Parts: sequence; structure tokens; C-alpha cells
Amino acid sequence: MSHMTEEELIGYRDGETKERQRFASHLNGCQVCRREMERIEAVFAALDGIPVPDPGEDFARRVWQEISPRLPEKHAPWWHALLEPRRLAAVGAMAAIIVLAFLLGRFTKKNGPEEIADAGKVRERVLVVAVGDHLGRSEMVLMEFANTAPEKGQKLVNISAQQKRAEDLLEENRLYRQTAKREGDALMASTLDELEPILLDIANSPDEITPAQFEGIQKRIAAKGILLKVRVVHQDLRRRPGNTALPPAQSDVADSARNRT
Amino acid sequence: MKASIGESENHAVTDAIAVERTLAGDRDAYRVLVDRYSLYLYRLAFRMTGNSHEAEEVVQEAFLRAYQKLKQFAGNSNFGTWVYRITANYAIDRIRQRNLEETRQALPARLSNDGVEVDPVAWVQDPAASPERLAGSAELAAKIKQALDTLTPAERTAIVMRHWDGCAIEEIAAVLKSNSNATKNTVFRAVAKLRKALEPFAEFRNTARAMGTES
Repeated sequence: MSHMTEEELIGYRDGETKERQRFASHLNGCQVCRREMERIEAVFAALDGIPVPDPGEDFARRVWQEISPRLPEKHAPWWHALLEPRRLAAVGAMAAIIVLAFLLGRFTKKNGPEEIADAGKVRERVLVVAVGDHLGRSEMVLMEFANTAPEKGQKLVNISAQQKRAEDLLEENRLYRQTAKREGDALMASTLDELEPILLDIANSPDEITPAQFEGIQKRIAAKGILLKVRVVHQDLRRRPGNTALPPAQSDVADSARNRT
Repeated sequence: MKASIGESENHAVTDAIAVERTLAGDRDAYRVLVDRYSLYLYRLAFRMTGNSHEAEEVVQEAFLRAYQKLKQFAGNSNFGTWVYRITANYAIDRIRQRNLEETRQALPARLSNDGVEVDPVAWVQDPAASPERLAGSAELAAKIKQALDTLTPAERTAIVMRHWDGCAIEEIAAVLKSNSNATKNTVFRAVAKLRKALEPFAEFRNTARAMGTES
């Protein structure tokens, strides 16, 4: 076989050749072609030597700051909300619970101990799914505070998005805390108890706060270790047996909580 | 693509939820995607444009375009792969535009005495810079950067996607709006040009020597 062409060598290196076996045995025995291959490898090694400058830890935040005012609002058609998979999953889960409750009532003895035990399981299941979603969203809000640092010289930090979400979470948090206490889930109740003043703090803040106020909220989050506690309880919920359905969408969470109280 | 940030199953699921929520009107959900992919896209954009400021602008524009086309995405593929392609497409358009403007401005300087255009690779093989003079790696890095600048936008895109991001030829062909064979040729041309531009330099030859039998 005559020497391999540059194109064949590059194709071989890239795994883009059908004659791989033949080229491999040729390369084994041909020093000229091996030298050529080494020169080609040196091109790629040289490319790897070019550093990519670090755009900074806050790069993603800068990108968001630049683009977010330019993102037009998206209005989903009314049927989109109904067909949203998470909502469908939630509706399906609720429908299954209703059917199960109906069957329990239909085929078991009235006021028997088994019926009471099953009804208790159903209540717990609803609580697990709904609170799991609530904790996941609370965790995101807390993380946005914990992972953001105001820029040097920045006079005000816009927290309107987090504030709006904290308002929504606050009402749910109260309902879940009461339910957890009633159900005797002490760890969940205490975690939600500690989460509430932080959510209240964020919800009652103005749209824009000073870096000092921002750091104040960060310190309160860090001091209570609330982010870790929320994660632990959230993980614990995920591990509970039977927690296989996707968490319901926000409005379903609120509805299911209201139904229980 | 190599096992990238957009490939994990967990990310794919949370990306799909974020896309779905964004389409349902929750604009903040889009931030999850911006946070996750900004740095990944920045690396691609920097390697394609060779300029950090321009790379930052490319990333911003790519996210804006992705947001506008989000309905078209509709979960057909991995969001990371999709937005990567949008970034590569935008970057290549931008390099073409920039090259066009630079050519217009620099045209008289790039012609030899008889009016024939000079081979761009020859710009890198500057006779004033003898191979032996280029000893420092910073100097070599500068030469590599210059060599990359001599590639056409398609060649540069092909080598960046192929070498750094391990994209399949078909993926590169989709961005270049070309076919597989033509794309393979583009990769080959890019490597050959880089080699031609770099081989005269001592440090580059040392790298080759260190890799094997070169003497």
C-alpha cells in the first residue's frame, strides 16, 4: 500500500473511514505515515492550548439581565393549560384518589378500622405530592438569593420575580404547616414553620432593594440553614413509598390544600 | 456531541418542564435554561468568534432567538443540543458578516503588487517571524489564533464543533446546511490549513516531536 494521504489520515483519526483495519495495519508498519499522523495530532494539541477566557461567575446572571427585558410575554391558549402534562398528571392523580375513595366507601364496612387506615394513607399521599412541589419551588427561590451576588457599585437589586413567587408560596406554606401539624409530621411542620418568616420577608420587600438589604436576606437564609432543611425534607418526601407521580401544578396544589382544611 | 451538559437525562426532564412552563407564560422558568447553558454556549461562541465580547453578544442573541422559536422546539430534541445549534448558526452568520466588512475595508492592503489576492495562510507565515524566533507558548497561541482567523466561517465552525465539542459530521452538516461528504471535506480543509500555517514554527514542531517520532 502506498502512503496514506492527509485526508485519509484525518479521516482515520476522526473515525470517519470504512477501511479502518487496513489503515491501522499500514500505520503500524509505516514510519512515514506515523510521522504524518503525529503532525496532524500536533495541530489538535495546539488547538487545545488556546484558553477560553473566564466570563465570570455571574455570566449567566448578566445574560439574563440583558435579555429578560427583551423577552415578550407568552400567552398560552386556554386549552394549553388543561393539556399541560404536569397538570394532566395532577388531574389523573386526583381522579385516581377520588375513585379510590369511592371504592373504599362502596366496598368496605362503614366506619371500620381498615377504612380509617386507608383514608389516612390517601390523605398522607396527597400531602406528600403537594408539599413536595411546594418545597421544590421554595428551594428555587432560596437558591436564587443564595447564589446571587450584587455587582460592585450596584445601587438596587430587582427581586420582583422572587417576591411575587414568595407571595404565592406564603399562603400555601401556612396551609401545609397546619396540615403537617395536624398529621403529626413534626419535621415537616418545623421546617415549614422556619421557612415562613423567610418567605414573608421576601414577599414584603419592595420590588427593588439595596445590596445591603439583599445581603440581609441572604444572611437570614444562611443563619437558619433553611435551604438545607428544605432540601432534606424534600429528599425525604421523594423517598417515601408510593411517591411516584409528578407533583401537581401550582393551582392544583392550592386546591388540594384548601380541600383538606 | 460529546457527553455535554445538555445530555443528562435529569437535565432533559427539567429542561422539558422549564420549556413547558415558559410556553405557559412563566417567563422566569426560562431563566433556569439561561443559567444552565450560558457558559456552555459561551465556550462555543468564543471559539468561533475568537472574541469574548462578541461571544457574550452571541450567547444573548442565541437565547433571544431560542425564546422566540420555543414553540417550534416543542420537546422534539434536547434543549441543549437545540440551543447549541442556534448559537452556532448565529455565530457563523456573524463571522461571515464581520469578514465581509473587514474584507471591504482591508481589500487594498491584501492585494499583492500585481493585484492578485494573497493566500490568507501566507499572512500567518510572516517572513519577519522566523520559526526559531517563536519560542514562547504565548506567541504560539497567538499564531494559532491567527491561523484560526484565516479559516472560512464554515471551516472554523466545522473544526470547533468537531474538535472541541465532538459533534457528529451530520450535526455539523445541519449547521452548515451542507451534506456529510462536503462537511468531511470542510473539516479536512480546516485541518490542512491550520497545519500549513503552523508547521513552520519551531514550537509547533517541538509539540509534534514530543508526541512521537518526529526528529
